[in-house]
Amino acid sequence: MDKIARIDMGAAGGPKVTVGDLGEYAGLGGRAMTSLVVAAEVHPLAHPLGAENKLVISPGMLSGTTGSMTGRLSVGCKSPLTGTIKESNAGGQAAQVLARLGYAAVILEGKPVGDDLYKIIINKDGIQVIVDNSLKLMDNYPLVEKLRGEYGDKVAYMTIGSAGERKLLAASIACTDPELRPTRHCGRGGVGAVMGAKRVKAIIIDDAGMKMRPPKDPEKYRDANRKFVEGLRKHPVTGEGLPAYGTNVLTNVLNEAGGYPTYNFKDGQFPGSAKLSGEAQAQLEIDRGGTATHGCHRGCVIQCSGIYNDKDGHYLTKQPEYETVWSHGGHCGIDDLDTVAMLDFLDDNIGVDTIEMGVTIGVAMDAGVIEFGDKAGAIRLVEEVQQGTPLGRILGSGAAITGKVFGVERVPVVKDQALPAYDPRAVQGIGVTYATTTQGADHTAGYAIATNILKVGGDVDPLKTEGQIELSRNLQIATAAIDSTGMCLFIAFAIMDQPETFQALLDMLGSFHGITMTGDDVVALGKKVLSAERDFNTRAGFTKHHDRLPRFFYNEPVAPHNQTFMMKDEELDEVFNW
Amino acid sequence: MKVTVKLFASFRTGRFDIEAVDYPVGTTVADVADGLKLPRTELGIMMINNRHVKLERVLVEGDTLALFPLLGGG
Repeated sequence: MDKIARIDMGAAGGPKVTVGDLGEYAGLGGRAMTSLVVAAEVHPLAHPLGAENKLVISPGMLSGTTGSMTGRLSVGCKSPLTGTIKESNAGGQAAQVLARLGYAAVILEGKPVGDDLYKIIINKDGIQVIVDNSLKLMDNYPLVEKLRGEYGDKVAYMTIGSAGERKLLAASIACTDPELRPTRHCGRGGVGAVMGAKRVKAIIIDDAGMKMRPPKDPEKYRDANRKFVEGLRKHPVTGEGLPAYGTNVLTNVLNEAGGYPTYNFKDGQFPGSAKLSGEAQAQLEIDRGGTATHGCHRGCVIQCSGIYNDKDGHYLTKQPEYETVWSHGGHCGIDDLDTVAMLDFLDDNIGVDTIEMGVTIGVAMDAGVIEFGDKAGAIRLVEEVQQGTPLGRILGSGAAITGKVFGVERVPVVKDQALPAYDPRAVQGIGVTYATTTQGADHTAGYAIATNILKVGGDVDPLKTEGQIELSRNLQIATAAIDSTGMCLFIAFAIMDQPETFQALLDMLGSFHGITMTGDDVVALGKKVLSAERDFNTRAGFTKHHDRLPRFFYNEPVAPHNQTFMMKDEELDEVFNW
Repeated sequence: MKVTVKLFASFRTGRFDIEAVDYPVGTTVADVADGLKLPRTELGIMMINNRHVKLERVLVEGDTLALFPLLGGG
């Protein structure tokens, strides 16, 4: 990864590709790359859909190597949903393939005049940008199918569906999995709308003729990777729970803990949760001839995903994740996995974030657009998004917009991004992360659930305020670093509990670059990323007053614990005071 | 005394999902886990009436005890 490609989509005479060296961005990857580029190069007051915004695509620091779990791809820009800096990462094959082609980043800049739609082909011979108006308004599944006819099965595809082309604020960028399904999404923050604004429909990445990226110290790297894999296989979460049940194993956990947001955050437990649980889902997948164990990219040893078939045994969608099952399930009062799976398929196909879309449907239900629990109605609403009707455009622009349009007071967003599947009144630590992360409400930014609820990596009482600020701070720093390595965040479960597995990760990073990496180096990297992101947000007009939850979390206690969010504003303001 | 015991994920294999069980007064979470042959090293999340508890916690009549192995997701 020794070069950066810049594609000026608005260049006179048509898109212009410039490939240069890394310069000040040398050594960066993933979130560190996307956030440092956006912070340095995008005007903080730029319109996110305008020519001044940039879409930065970057494989992680270890992507494209023989290291396991290194398949995360980061996409960064100024978010049209939140107005903040945005980094959204996904699995799938794209990161590995792009990294092997030597690109530390591909940056889409400018904006073309006119209606032409483009595809970008990246291979060993360079980068081509081609007009292809035959792809207009195609959704992800048929789009990838069509592109496969032309470019085959040995490549990775990054695509936007109709939602991205329409520049809807919930629009995602899909990355294909090893079987070329467009199921792994850079989902959050409307990154698909930015790609759509640049009129790029698809990026075809072909690493034919390229080799694995070689480590500086191959022997040490191989040894560290072996220890790292052993550690992942040994830990109960990464070695047993996630492979067997996937992330949706959390439905029962959060429901039991009273932190499962139900009926648009009116209750902390859902009567139909057992029917939505990971246990039920895994059994159903197996019974129908799918699988409950599947990796989103080659080299994954955790295999947290699966294949969800319909009643007739035909592929419907990949295994819906916990957040997806929640947002379309309990949040909407829906207790039917087949409905959730259909909504997951529609979201992937149209190209919208499953968290934002599901939360939005629940907000629309609260407004009385349809009733809570209306399965057919929920599907119909997402089909409106697909059709681009005026209602569909509102819904596809997320929970904050939908709440405003329909006059809803209870709108679960921070910085206009929908809250994920954990009620901050029952899990105070995750509320700290929601409020303060640079990204808008995002559980992955500092996953306090691990320590508050799952008792992995420590034990902090979820119903108390003590220890939550420090916890969220440390997790946000560590996450910013992990998001830069290309490693899947789920490795955190093992490295938090097993010092030797953390050491193996440090040794992978170190031996790859021929240096010695310490825990302090990881912390320094995380702080560097967060500081750049905070600086961008400050210049974009965000203050400490934006680092708060919606008022109803402070005013309305939620059952069964009958607690509100109790963190004080002054405490929240200390998260980044390190 | 009557206690409701809920098991989740791999703990269900060869056992049950949910059962109302009679225990003598003074029974602890550890006693229940041992009685069900749940290895201590595999016990992850333990909750009584939606709140996290430790192994030595004594159960009382009407409690609902939920036992999970170590789990993660997100």
